[in-house]
Amino acid sequence: MSAGRASSNRKVALMAASAAVAMLGLGFASVPLYRIFCQVTGFGGTTQRVDEARAATVQDSGRTMSVRFDANVERGMPWEFKPLQRTDTVTIGGRDMALFWAKNTSDKTIVGTASFNVEPEQAARYFNKVQCFCFTEQTLKPGEEVRMPVLYYIDPAILNDVNNKDVEQITLSYTFHVTSVSDGDAGGKALDQAGTGG
Amino acid sequence: MATTADHFQAHPEDHSHHDHDHKPAFFARWFMSTNHKDIGTMYLIFAIFAGIVGGLFSGMMRVELAEPGIQYLDTFATWFGAVNPDFNSTLHTWNVLITAHGLIMVFFMVMPAIIGGFGNWFVPLMIGAPDMAFPRMNNVSFWLTFFGFISLLFSAFVPGGTGNGAGTGWTVYAPLSTSGSPGPAVDFGIFALHLAGAGSITGAINFITTILNMRAPGMTLHKMPLFVWSVLVTAFLLLLSLPVLAAAITMLLTDRNFGTTFFDASGGGDPVLYQHLFWFFGHPEVYIMILPGFGIISQIVSTFSKKPVFGYLGMAYAMVAIGVVGFIVWAHHMYATGLSVNTKMYFTAATMVIAVPTGVKIFSWIATMWGGSIEFKSPMVWAIGFIFLFTVGGVTGVVLANGGVDDVLHDTYYVVAHFHYVLSLGAVTALFAGFYYWFPKMSGRMHSEFLSHVHFWVFFVGVNMIFFPMHFLGLQGMPRRYPDYADAYTQWNHVATIGYMVMAASLVVWFINIIYAFTAGKRAADNYWGEGATTLEWTLSSPPPFHQFETLPVIGETAHH
Repeated sequence: MSAGRASSNRKVALMAASAAVAMLGLGFASVPLYRIFCQVTGFGGTTQRVDEARAATVQDSGRTMSVRFDANVERGMPWEFKPLQRTDTVTIGGRDMALFWAKNTSDKTIVGTASFNVEPEQAARYFNKVQCFCFTEQTLKPGEEVRMPVLYYIDPAILNDVNNKDVEQITLSYTFHVTSVSDGDAGGKALDQAGTGG
Repeated sequence: MATTADHFQAHPEDHSHHDHDHKPAFFARWFMSTNHKDIGTMYLIFAIFAGIVGGLFSGMMRVELAEPGIQYLDTFATWFGAVNPDFNSTLHTWNVLITAHGLIMVFFMVMPAIIGGFGNWFVPLMIGAPDMAFPRMNNVSFWLTFFGFISLLFSAFVPGGTGNGAGTGWTVYAPLSTSGSPGPAVDFGIFALHLAGAGSITGAINFITTILNMRAPGMTLHKMPLFVWSVLVTAFLLLLSLPVLAAAITMLLTDRNFGTTFFDASGGGDPVLYQHLFWFFGHPEVYIMILPGFGIISQIVSTFSKKPVFGYLGMAYAMVAIGVVGFIVWAHHMYATGLSVNTKMYFTAATMVIAVPTGVKIFSWIATMWGGSIEFKSPMVWAIGFIFLFTVGGVTGVVLANGGVDDVLHDTYYVVAHFHYVLSLGAVTALFAGFYYWFPKMSGRMHSEFLSHVHFWVFFVGVNMIFFPMHFLGLQGMPRRYPDYADAYTQWNHVATIGYMVMAASLVVWFINIIYAFTAGKRAADNYWGEGATTLEWTLSSPPPFHQFETLPVIGETAHH
């Protein structure tokens, strides 16, 4: 019985340990799962990304909504960044373009990436971007300025969503983060990670 | 009591001779211990020590909060190695104090005492097992926890950003814990959590195996004492929640040291994900701290009412229900992170559902006492105190469960009052109840009933003086985690600080009681609480033999819990 008890103990312990390892795996798996969850549901103000083909099928609803634009840089990043229009009144379902402007005020070449979200959060799943400067990294040489477009539309399905009944204005917000910094206008290898906690 | 012919061989090296009380020499007995009672004792002594350290930290905070303005923090900063601290590093010391107090009390006081201490001591005794299933792993669990504590203490003396020590709060939220805290202190703090977490997971595996596999013949799951049930549920909570914390803080470590951006928006990560992961662990964690207390209270109320517990199955499955639902309510800690109305509605409703099984427990304890032949011995007084204090904490919990109300009360002293009523007054009161219930069983010496009652009443007045006014402060808008406050909050803060002194005085009575027991206490009989105490530990001597149940007890059909 003793030998049987010991092997049975090992079996139970092994099952328990497997459960612990599975939960550990789930903890790490939560990172991609959370990202997918946000992309699908618009959770936390995550906007939708669509291709041209899909965007072409959208019908203009004839109703309008106000869109507000907001631009920030992370603390210490030597860029100026602002929208070229504060608000826009757009037709729901109609494609629209907003322009943003950025300038590198430092003497180094800086690669930046923009993070984004919209407020109110429940509108995020209806906010579709066809083209955006936030899809790729932006490189600015010392003193360089750039105008950057965002091509977007608001899905007319928002009109049927009870949670968006009261929404009259959607704010689209961007924050630029430093991806890498390199000396002068060489644009070569990144020397250090300025600003970020890394 | 029938016997079985088999001897369980948890200690193959010991079983060739039948000298029950043969104990190894000091070093081998205490440093290489594989005996569940010795390891339980070590956990209890460790928890008392850690509790004193964590309690001193809270004393430092209460002294600073006695009056508005900053009075003592710069002195405290020098204790952690700061030389001429500037204003910012002085304030950083406050963050270090709240962090250390929280982490120590949760991971190195309540958990080691209630699971490692009482769990180790009494789970094998109550199910009629000779020891834990994996005695050596039991030893490993203890020392992992011990060195986790050392790592945490060490972190207070190394740079943590603005000053020495980890100043992140016990929740270790990013980005404060990543880009906000350069220096090794937070790494040592995270390492402490890794060690303590690993110790608790191995401990949980040990308890699950012991309880599922090593019950004496006839001790079916539905005959197990409720304390054993509570430890079983707790072990499952530990097993399923701690690995998630381990994953989260490992990602914090790589974010801090290896340039990953799991919780950093500049690289596509999200700091809020850390909060989700932390509270997916953190909410079950609060039940981990209280469920074994529920178990202890059930044993005590039954013993001193001289009745079996009312609604035994309901009590057992209420704990299971609390454990299960505890995993799906985590975001009620995050109402202020911008959750949508629907999400808040779900988490509000799910959280309130927990009040149902908790109510089952409270009412069943009262129903157990109803019509019982009640004796107000020291453990019973503490147990009734627990039921009252925990109910107060539970009621404020239902208030805070409302997403809309929490928008106002989030991060105010109302929240501090709530969780100290369930932990500092709930879990700790259950610990003292268990201590007085089992101390003579563990030590072989009776404590003084008089001093135990004095301890209770002084403690009861003290902790209520500390924490009840915090409800008022919170409702008036005093925020948590600040060393200073507006003058309007002075009165109740002053009362709370005096309450701390009263509470501290009660601990002196407790220590005197322990010294009394060991020097002048009467020898404890096998069953010193009499007819109401029916579980298996009362069939053994006090203290129990070094190895018990070499002949397994058999539990008959009529035996009850």
